[in-house]
Amino acid sequence: MQVKLEKRPEPSRLMLVVTPIASVLLTMAIGVIVFDLLGIDGFRAVIDIFVSPILLSYKWQDVAVKAAPLIIIALGLSIGNRANVWNIGAEGQYIIGALCAAGIGIAAGTTGGPIIILMMLLAGMAGGTAWASVPAGLKTRFGVNEILSSLMLTYVAVQLLSYLVGGPWKDPNGRNFPATAPLQPEQTLPILIPGTTVHLGIAIALVLPFVFWLIMARSVFGYQIRVVGSAPNAARHGGFDSDQTVWLSMLIGGAMAGLAGALEFAGALKAINLGFPSGYGFTAIIVAFLGRLHPIGVLIAGIVLAITYVGGQVAQTTVKIPNATAGIFQALMLFFILASDVLVRNRIRFVRSPRAGSGQAASQTAGGE
Amino acid sequence: MDTELAPRLALSGITKRFPGVLANDNVSFSVRPGEIHALLGENGAGKSTLVKMIYGIMQPDAGEIRWDGQVIRVANPKAARRLGIGMVFQHFSLFEAMTVLENIALGMDARIPGRELESSIRQVMEQYGLKLDPHRTVSTLSVGERQRIEIVRALLLNPRLLIMDEPTSVLTPQEVEQLFVVLRQLATEGCSILYISHKLHEIKALCDTATILRGGRLVDTCDPRTETSRSMAEKMIGAGLKEISKPASRALGDARLVVNRLSMAAIGHFGTALKDISFTVRAGEIFGIAGVAGNGQNALLLALSGEESSEDSEAITVDGAPVGQLSAKQRRLRGMASVPEERNGHAAVPDFTLSDNTILTARDRLGMVSAGLIRTGAASTYAGEVIASFAVKAQGPASMAGSLSGGNLQKYIMGREILQKPSVLVVSQPTWGVDAGAAAAIHQAIVDLAAAGSAIVVISQDLDELLSLCDTLAVINEGRLSRAMQVAEADVHEIGLLMGGIHGEQASAPAREAAIAG
Amino acid sequence: MNWDFLILAIITIVGISTPILLAGLGELVVEKSGILNLGVEGMMLVGAISGFAINVYSGNPWVGVAGAAGAGALSGLLFGFFVLTLRSNQVATGLALTIFGTGLSSLIGLSFVGRIVPQFGSVFPPELARDPVLKVVFGYSPIVYFALLMVVLVAWFLKSTRSGLILRAVGENDLSAHSIGYNVIGVRYAAIAFGGAMAGIGGAYFSLVITPMWAERMTAGRGWIALALVVFASWKAPRLLAGAYFFGILMWLELNAKAGGLSFIPGAQAIPSQFWAAMPYVMTVVVLTLISMRNRAGLNAPACLGKPFLPAT
Repeated sequence: MQVKLEKRPEPSRLMLVVTPIASVLLTMAIGVIVFDLLGIDGFRAVIDIFVSPILLSYKWQDVAVKAAPLIIIALGLSIGNRANVWNIGAEGQYIIGALCAAGIGIAAGTTGGPIIILMMLLAGMAGGTAWASVPAGLKTRFGVNEILSSLMLTYVAVQLLSYLVGGPWKDPNGRNFPATAPLQPEQTLPILIPGTTVHLGIAIALVLPFVFWLIMARSVFGYQIRVVGSAPNAARHGGFDSDQTVWLSMLIGGAMAGLAGALEFAGALKAINLGFPSGYGFTAIIVAFLGRLHPIGVLIAGIVLAITYVGGQVAQTTVKIPNATAGIFQALMLFFILASDVLVRNRIRFVRSPRAGSGQAASQTAGGE
Repeated sequence: MDTELAPRLALSGITKRFPGVLANDNVSFSVRPGEIHALLGENGAGKSTLVKMIYGIMQPDAGEIRWDGQVIRVANPKAARRLGIGMVFQHFSLFEAMTVLENIALGMDARIPGRELESSIRQVMEQYGLKLDPHRTVSTLSVGERQRIEIVRALLLNPRLLIMDEPTSVLTPQEVEQLFVVLRQLATEGCSILYISHKLHEIKALCDTATILRGGRLVDTCDPRTETSRSMAEKMIGAGLKEISKPASRALGDARLVVNRLSMAAIGHFGTALKDISFTVRAGEIFGIAGVAGNGQNALLLALSGEESSEDSEAITVDGAPVGQLSAKQRRLRGMASVPEERNGHAAVPDFTLSDNTILTARDRLGMVSAGLIRTGAASTYAGEVIASFAVKAQGPASMAGSLSGGNLQKYIMGREILQKPSVLVVSQPTWGVDAGAAAAIHQAIVDLAAAGSAIVVISQDLDELLSLCDTLAVINEGRLSRAMQVAEADVHEIGLLMGGIHGEQASAPAREAAIAG
Repeated sequence: MNWDFLILAIITIVGISTPILLAGLGELVVEKSGILNLGVEGMMLVGAISGFAINVYSGNPWVGVAGAAGAGALSGLLFGFFVLTLRSNQVATGLALTIFGTGLSSLIGLSFVGRIVPQFGSVFPPELARDPVLKVVFGYSPIVYFALLMVVLVAWFLKSTRSGLILRAVGENDLSAHSIGYNVIGVRYAAIAFGGAMAGIGGAYFSLVITPMWAERMTAGRGWIALALVVFASWKAPRLLAGAYFFGILMWLELNAKAGGLSFIPGAQAIPSQFWAAMPYVMTVVVLTLISMRNRAGLNAPACLGKPFLPAT
C-alpha cells in the first residue's frame, strides 16, 4: 500500500477554514499528552496556555499588546509569501525600525507631541524598508537567495542594536545597564483606554488587516502579487514585472516590520534594551501561515499566538513550566497548518504500490521548445 | 533460420492507442545490422511513441518486437539497455554543476569505479573521435558537447541498436558533420541506428533506409538516396491532402501588423533564436505559421505578445505604430492580443476563478480598473459574457479555471481575447487537445474576428487546420520564416520541403551557427 | 605576545568552532541534497538537553553524545516528515522546528538545571594533554577530533563515493535524478537525519564539554552561525573547516572585545565586540553575493535548494 496524493480540481474551501481550527485543537490535545508524559498536569497547562488569557479579563490588554506587532509584521510577510518572495528577516527589519524610531526620539530630546511621534513611526517604516531593500536589491540584481540574505541581516541588526544600546545610546542615568533612556511621556504613543496599556499601535493593528484585505482582494497590486505567486508565466503574459513584484513585496514586508518595531518601542516598551529582539519577526512567519496568508486570518492568528504567549506566562507561575514552552505549541500549530495544506489541495488516496522497474531510465522526452 | 541474416530489430503490427488517439496503427518494419534507418514524419505522426516502445518506456497494445529474430518484451529502459539498445534523447537533462564523468556515472546501471569508467570513456572518445574533457563541468559546455555526453554514455554500453531522437535540432552544421562521421563509423562496425528526423537533406545524406509515418500509419519504406526530397516530403505530408475549401477570397484591408526583420536570441539551451523574421498581416487576413514543433514558434509568440521585448522598436508595428519595445501590457492597450500555447499557467491561472482570469489580460482594455482597484463586478460580467457567447461549459464566473476541461478552457481563453475586439490577435495552437466541436467553434470565432477587420496570426503544427483556416501561410524552420504563400495557390509539396528544412537557398548555415554560438 | 596567550587562544578558538563545525557539516549534507533546514538551532538545543539528560542517567558521556545524535536525528526526521512526505514549506517548517526545539529543550531541561554530569576523559595520554605546548594538539575533548574526522569523511563521501554523487545529483536536479530512477525522497530523508544527528552532537558539545551543565537556550544562536557557515564555505566541506575556524577567530575576538579589548592589536580596543559578532553574517552575505554574481560555472549552491520537489505523478 502506498499513500497517494491526488490533486483536487479546486482547493477545498471547507478544509481552508476547518484545518486552522483543527490544528489548534490537535495542538492542545497533543499538549495534554506530552505534558502528562513529562509528569506535569497537562490539562491544567493547556488550559492555562490557551484558555486562561481569554477568561481572565485583566490579561486581555497583554494579549492585545503582544498581538499588535505579530499582526502588523505578519501582514507584510504574507504579501511576500503570496508572491513566493521569502523575507525571513522581519526580525531584523523590526529591530532596525525600532532603532530608527529611537534615533528620532533621542534626537528630539525632550520635545514630544504628535509630530515627533509621527516622525518616529515614519522613521521606523523607513528603517525597516531600507533593511529589506538589501536582500531585495541583491536578489533582483544578482539573483542572491533572499531567504539566506535576509536571515543573515537579522543577526547584523541584532548586533547593531547591541552596540547602540550598550554604547552611544546608553542611558547615562541607567546604572550602566545597556538600554536607551526611557522615552519622554510626550514621545510615547497615546493610550487609548485610560488605565490600561492599550496603545495606539493596537488600533493600527486592528485597522491594517482590513486595509490589506482591500489591497489584496481588490487592487491590481494585490492581483499582481497573487498571479506572480500562483503562475509566474501567466503573470508575464498579463504584463506584470517579476522584479518589481520582488521589490514591492520585500519593501512592504520591511515597512510593516519597521512600523511594528517603532510601535512596540514607542507604545509598549518605551526603551530599547538587549531583550528587545524577542523573536516577533520569526513568530510572525507562523502567524502569516496560520492565518493562511489572508489578512483577516492573520488578525485572528496573531491573537491566537498572543494568547499562547500570555498563557505561557500564566503557566510559568501556575504549573511552573518555562516561558519557552509556549513555543512548542506555536510550532505544533504551524506544523499542523502547513501539513494540512496538503489536505486543502489534495485528496489522500491509498493505492497498491505498483512495482515499477527500479531502473526507470532517463525518459526526459517532454516536448516543447 | 540463420541469425546472421535475421534483422537486428523487426517490428510487426505494432499498435498503440491513447485515449482518443491511435498513435501507432499496425506498424511493421525492420532494421538490419549496420543499417542507418531513418524514421521520418511530421509532429504527431507517431515516431516518438514508436521508439518509446522499442526502448521500453511504453508497451505496445498489439504487435510484436523481434530482436535478432527472437520475440521479446522490453519491460523497461533498463531491460532495453541490457539487450544492447541505447537511446539519445532530444532534450537531455544533465546535472549542470557536475562534471561529464559524474553525469555519465549517474546514468550507468552498473557501478563502475571512477578510474575504470574514465578510461573506458577516454577509449570510446578516442575510438570515435569525440572530443570531451571528462572533468569539465557541464554548465561550461555547449549544447553539442552536452549531446556528446549522452552519446558517450550510450556507446559505453556497446549498443547494437542506437536510437537518436532528433539529434541535430540543437547542433551547429559542423557538429552535425561530426555526428554523422561517428554514426557512419558505428554503422560500419555493425551497430544499427534508428534515426528520427524530419530533416530531409540529412536523411538523404546519412540514411540507408527511411520509414515514413503519417498519422500513426506506415506510409512507405524507401531508400532515401534514390528518392527526391520532394517525393519524401509528399509522403510525409500526404500528397492527396484534402481539398482546400475556402470561401471566396475576402477583400483584405490595410496592413495592420507588420513584422520587419525581427531577430531574438534563444531563451535557454533548448530555445530557438529568431532570425530575420518578416511578414505582414492585413485587416481581415488570417496568417498561418506552419512548422514542426521546436522551430521557434514559442519564441515568436513571446516576441509578438511582448513577454520578450525586441531590441528594435520598429521590428513590430501595429497600425503603423512601432511596438517592438513595448511591454505586454502596453501592446494590449494598442489592441494587440495573444493566446499562448500552454493554457494552464501561461494563458490562464488555474488556481483563479474565471472571473479573476479576465483581469489578467482584459483589465485595461475593458476598464476593469479604477483608481488602482479592480471592479470585480465588471470582471464577473465580462466572464459571464465570454462563457455565454462561447458556450463554455462551466458553472459560472466563479469556477476555477483549472477545473475546466482543456477544450472549455481554450474556448474561454479565446473568447476572453476575441470579445476584446483586438486589432491584432496572435494565437498559438488554438485547437491543440481540443475536441472537434470546440475546435470548430474556435475556428469560427477566428474567422468572424477576421471578418470584422482584425489581423490574425495563427501558429500551428496542424497543417490541415492552417490550410482550411488561413488566407496566407508561411513556414517557420529553425527560427526563420519562409516567404508567405497564398493558401489558395499554396503548393503542399513546397510546404513539406520547407517544414523539412529545405529552403530555396541553402545559405542559412553561417547565420544559424552564429545564432547558436551567440 | 606570549606563547601562553597564543596557546590559550588556539584552544579557545578550536573549542568554540567545534559546535558550528559539527552542525555546519550536517547542514552541508542536507543542503547538498537540496533541502534547506532552518531548524539547526532547534536541533542543537534538542541535542544539548538530550545528551545532558542521557549522560545524567547513564553516567557515560559517550552514551550521552550518542543519545544527542539520536535525538537530533529524530527532530530532523520530524522536519523531514512534514517537508518531504507532506510537502510543507521548508522555510516555515524549519523556523517552526527551531521554536519547537527551543521550547522542548527548556521543558525537558526543567528537571536538569543545576545537575552535574561526568565528563569526557582525554583521548590521549594525560601527559600529552597537559603539556603546555602539546595540548594545542592533544588537549581537546574527543568530540573535537570526531568533528575533524567527520570533515574528512563528509568531504570524501561527497566527492568520491557513488552515494555522495547521488546525493549531489538529487540536490542539483531532483527531477532528473527521479527520472533516472533514484529515490529522491529517501536520499533526502537520510541527509536530513544525518544533519539532525550532527546538529545534536554540536548541541551536546555545549552541555557536555563547554559548560558541563544545562541552561536554557545555551547554544546562544550558534545554529544560525552554522547556517551562515555553510553558505560562507560555498557548500564545500574543506572550506567549511577553514570557515569554522575563521568564524571561531571572529567569535574569539568578540569574547576578547567584551572582556575589555585586545592587548596585542594596536587600536583594537576601539572595535566593539558587536562588530566581531556581526562579521560572520556580513561576510556570509558578501560571499553569497559573490557566488551569485559569478555565472553558474563557479556556483556550488545546490540548484534545488529550498525548492519543493514536485514530480509528475
